[in-house]
Amino acid sequence: MTEVIVALHAENRLRDPDACYAALAGTIDALGDERATAFLAALVLILANEVGNQEVVLEAIEAARP
Amino acid sequence: MTGHHPIVIVGAGPVGLTVAIDLASRGIPALVLQKHAASEGSRAICHAKRSLEIWNRLGAGEAIRDRGVTWNAGKVFHRDRLLYSFDLQPEKGHKMPAFVNLQQYHVESMLLDRLRALGGTIRAQHACERVQAFDDHVRLGVSAPGGPYELSCEWLIACDGARSTVRRQLGLGFRGEVFAEKFLISDVRMQADFPPERWFWFEPPFHRGQTALLHRQADDVWRIDLQLGPDADVEQERKSERVMPRLRAMLGAAARFELVWTSVYAFQCRTLDRYVHGRVIFAGDAAHQVSPFGARGGNGGVQDADNLGWKLALVHERRAPGSLLDSYDAERLAAARENILHSTRATEFMTPKTQASRVLRDTALALASGCPFARAFINSGRLSVPANLQGSLLNTADQDAFTCDITPGSPAADAPLDSPAGPAWFLDCLAAGFTVLVYQPAAGSPEALAVDGIEVAIRRVGHAGPLVDRAGLLRRRYDLEPGTTYLFRPDQHVAARWRSFDVAAIARAVKRAAGRLQ
Repeated sequence: MTEVIVALHAENRLRDPDACYAALAGTIDALGDERATAFLAALVLILANEVGNQEVVLEAIEAARP
Repeated sequence: MTGHHPIVIVGAGPVGLTVAIDLASRGIPALVLQKHAASEGSRAICHAKRSLEIWNRLGAGEAIRDRGVTWNAGKVFHRDRLLYSFDLQPEKGHKMPAFVNLQQYHVESMLLDRLRALGGTIRAQHACERVQAFDDHVRLGVSAPGGPYELSCEWLIACDGARSTVRRQLGLGFRGEVFAEKFLISDVRMQADFPPERWFWFEPPFHRGQTALLHRQADDVWRIDLQLGPDADVEQERKSERVMPRLRAMLGAAARFELVWTSVYAFQCRTLDRYVHGRVIFAGDAAHQVSPFGARGGNGGVQDADNLGWKLALVHERRAPGSLLDSYDAERLAAARENILHSTRATEFMTPKTQASRVLRDTALALASGCPFARAFINSGRLSVPANLQGSLLNTADQDAFTCDITPGSPAADAPLDSPAGPAWFLDCLAAGFTVLVYQPAAGSPEALAVDGIEVAIRRVGHAGPLVDRAGLLRRRYDLEPGTTYLFRPDQHVAARWRSFDVAAIARAVKRAAGRLQ
């Protein structure tokens, strides 16, 4: 996870990252641990399609690998 | 001891004393009742630039700044690794720094000195026990070393803290969230050469799975804040045999330090629905409570005091209608809600509620060292910033175009100027009442105005003086052009601005800001 990211944006691009994080964490907490995984999977698929650029999605998969 | 007073302030913490000084500086004596003889423990230590500017306006800011430890920078660590550093005041040209750390008892004693210099009255160990509010006055039952007594006042300002007696006496609901998580505050005295920065750890090796904070105060005292989890026993955890091993783990077995103060607390984010209840007005923790990471409690309370002083003075002197105080409610409730929002988010980031949100939090932390974008999610407390009163009814909406960050409702931004007496700060040039700033005024423009008995000072900045903006910072911060005119309220917030100097427009804006137009 420490490799240099080439194609991905390094800097924050969200207008209000705290609000965004709170919405994510709040939804996860409301769903509970069991349904949270499915929610996160659905969110990833929706965002991948929104990104719409396959190379970027593949790059993100590499960057996100724990 | 008994008698009738125009204004009584219950509580002599930083908020009560700030209101008392503000009123005294406007020639209105307020009686301050203080329950205890002195404040215990260091309590609120981080005083933000805006608080320092407010105290500066009241004649105590320089002393507090000079007595405290100035800091602008901080570091956030995850485990044993530095995630990022931040600088809260990257630009120069302000009299006051981003923050000064100083024990609350020092601040209180310096504010008390200032209040006494202005002839203010304080009764120590006089506890307000009973409150009866009527349409046009308030009656108080006070207990004191010399025996109980009663007094009455036209206005009661409740600055008596989170466990406010006044609030309980009026039976008012204090709604919000109380978090299960417990935190241990310890103040230690030690000689150490760490810089005076705010250091915050998530899951440090010396305190596994929790958070920790280290921050310097005056007199070689250091604030250490350790997260204990939701199941910690409050009584057990504050005992020194429990505290000392935790501190030794953090500071090292060889470190020499002395434990000065400890306290265990839970986060609370609560507020009253209204702060003005007839003749009783709430300010500070008595009105609203936030969790401490972010320094939004004390600094929010000082801004309450700043907002209230001039309004109550105008209403008391019958130069403004009582409805002006509605704007205190509206402006400070909006500010409190913002403080509570930030404080709640920081608390939730530090204490994830479920396993899944803990994974989200830990993943954000793991990403943050390699991916700068993830640092924006890391929340170790969003530090207090001044309230922007953008939606206030006291503001006059812009008719002209401006491109700077400042808008009607913003607190005045400082800048270095040259005055006939030598170098000066813009904020020091503002008057105690309403002030108009005119940049490069036309010849023959007036030097002062009066609007229906309200004095308006005029400050002229230009090549010909009397104030000169040699560095150009004032011009840039306020987007000034020749003729540009700003109106500042007595609490130094922008009330209105124009591209030209127009006496009729200024008069209308002053009336609006004094609650005479709606």
